[in-house]
Amino acid sequence: MNVIVCIKRVPDTEARIRIDGSGSSIETSGIKYDMSPYDAFAVEAAIRLKEGLQDEGDVSVLTLGDSSSSETLRKALAMGADRAVLLNGEVSLDGLATAKGLAAELEGSEADLFLFGIKAADDDQQQVGQMVAALSGRPCVSGVSSFEVDGRTARCKREVEGGSEIVEVDLPAVLCITKGSNEPRLPALKGIMAAKKKPLEERPAQVSASRVRLIGLSTPPPRAEGLIVGEGPDAVPELVRILREDAHAI
Amino acid sequence: MAKVLAVAEHRDGQFGAAAREVVSVAARLARDLGGTAQGVVLAGTGVPVEASSLGAFGADKIVVIEHDALADYNPEAWVSTLEDLILAGEYGVVVFSATTLGKDLAPRIAAHLDVPLASDVTAVAISDGVVSVTRPVFSGKAFAHLEIDASPALISIRPNVFPSVEWAAEGEVTTVTPDLNVSDFRVRVVERESSSDGVVDVSEASVIVSGGRGMKDPENWSLLESLREALGADAALGASRAVVDAGWRPHGEQVGQTGKTVAPALYIAVGISGAVQHLAGMRTAKTIVAINRDADAPIFGVADYGIVGDLFEVLPRLTDEIADLRAKD
Repeated sequence: MNVIVCIKRVPDTEARIRIDGSGSSIETSGIKYDMSPYDAFAVEAAIRLKEGLQDEGDVSVLTLGDSSSSETLRKALAMGADRAVLLNGEVSLDGLATAKGLAAELEGSEADLFLFGIKAADDDQQQVGQMVAALSGRPCVSGVSSFEVDGRTARCKREVEGGSEIVEVDLPAVLCITKGSNEPRLPALKGIMAAKKKPLEERPAQVSASRVRLIGLSTPPPRAEGLIVGEGPDAVPELVRILREDAHAI
Repeated sequence: MAKVLAVAEHRDGQFGAAAREVVSVAARLARDLGGTAQGVVLAGTGVPVEASSLGAFGADKIVVIEHDALADYNPEAWVSTLEDLILAGEYGVVVFSATTLGKDLAPRIAAHLDVPLASDVTAVAISDGVVSVTRPVFSGKAFAHLEIDASPALISIRPNVFPSVEWAAEGEVTTVTPDLNVSDFRVRVVERESSSDGVVDVSEASVIVSGGRGMKDPENWSLLESLREALGADAALGASRAVVDAGWRPHGEQVGQTGKTVAPALYIAVGISGAVQHLAGMRTAKTIVAINRDADAPIFGVADYGIVGDLFEVLPRLTDEIADLRAKD
């Protein structure tokens, strides 16, 4: 069972985002970076799959990004992935251009599964996984909170509005992973040491031209200051009056 | 003549707000282009779809594509059907809803058509034939303003952001049946599970009652359930990451960065401190109410109205007052 997990290095989700002077990028000083949260679920799923097969299987991690992304790859290796590839280049604003860069690397791969986090916690586009699947000619299920492999079929739980679906997909396939019940493991010291010796290859990314142009970034308008209506249950009647008469919310 | 296509979703033949919004946006863009808006609806054979009703929101023509394989969302069936339609129709813009279905479908169509996709946009305009959009990034902590340099320009619009605008148009319906070979499909839905017992999904609710660790115990959710019921059929339960991770509530209720992003008319946060990741998921709600015993909880920084106090005393009172008020309506 060979699995390739595509991951992305993004600003930590706690980070305060500020726009820099140019209006076209964020202030990066003071920002911590980490593996995008949904990608961590995907890496965890791949490692558990391998562990479930008594470690008969191979988990590769792949990223497209600048050289600092190697840190994120090392984290995946420390979690238990076997090898890593860094496609050195710039992630495009145009998800299709990024997808083409990844698909070029993945062309001809016989891996049973390509896994993606359902979306990256910076651009939130939620498109690259499905696009790579389409470019690779592989069937794809997105929004997968858990899955099992049975022979040449993956049986996936897919989260949808108001419930879930059980979806079967023929391998080789692409799965876009969302949060399930398996918390991504924190790398232990032993894993971190082992990761230093695992293969990490770097090569230039082939990202095609972007057909999406950035005009600028802005921050959301601040909300007007709120009102503490009062303390305890006695404040409730006034709150209800405000919600009905002022806010027209109930 | 410029044509804009809206992909309108339905449930058992009924259109929801998402369909009305997507047609309204397509119609507005068509007017800006001096062109025409069309809708497409995919449905199972014999499902009663009132497709002409989309005419009231600006669709001149609606194509209903009927096939057994289209009764539910199957990505391969939908992609091949829509790809053919879009190529044949020479549309300038194609608008999807950024629902779970639309967010799954639109990127696949984009890749097959070899065009980019702007997903989950909160604003769109056309000027001199160029489509420009605004979309949230960093979980809504910033907005990106973009121009799309391709035709057709594909966008998916965030639900509950664009208004449904009534605009009388022809609404002429054509029904077609495509050639689909089900045995070719490599993805198969084998089971569907509804978790909500008829209650509206949190991502579609106009009122959300959301609970966090301050609720202390999963059994106390009965208090939130009573408030939810008092607020009516359009109200749903939400949850913070902490209580979902603790196993108290299902992941489908989680609001926040690794949960759902919601934009209800009213969001009531009960016993939720207001971590950055949670705020990212609900900060665009029209009215935010917070109930928390800690006056310094960050949630009060984003709430419009708050009560500082013991939620176990406040909640029953709030439920009673709202139930009384609505009984008089």
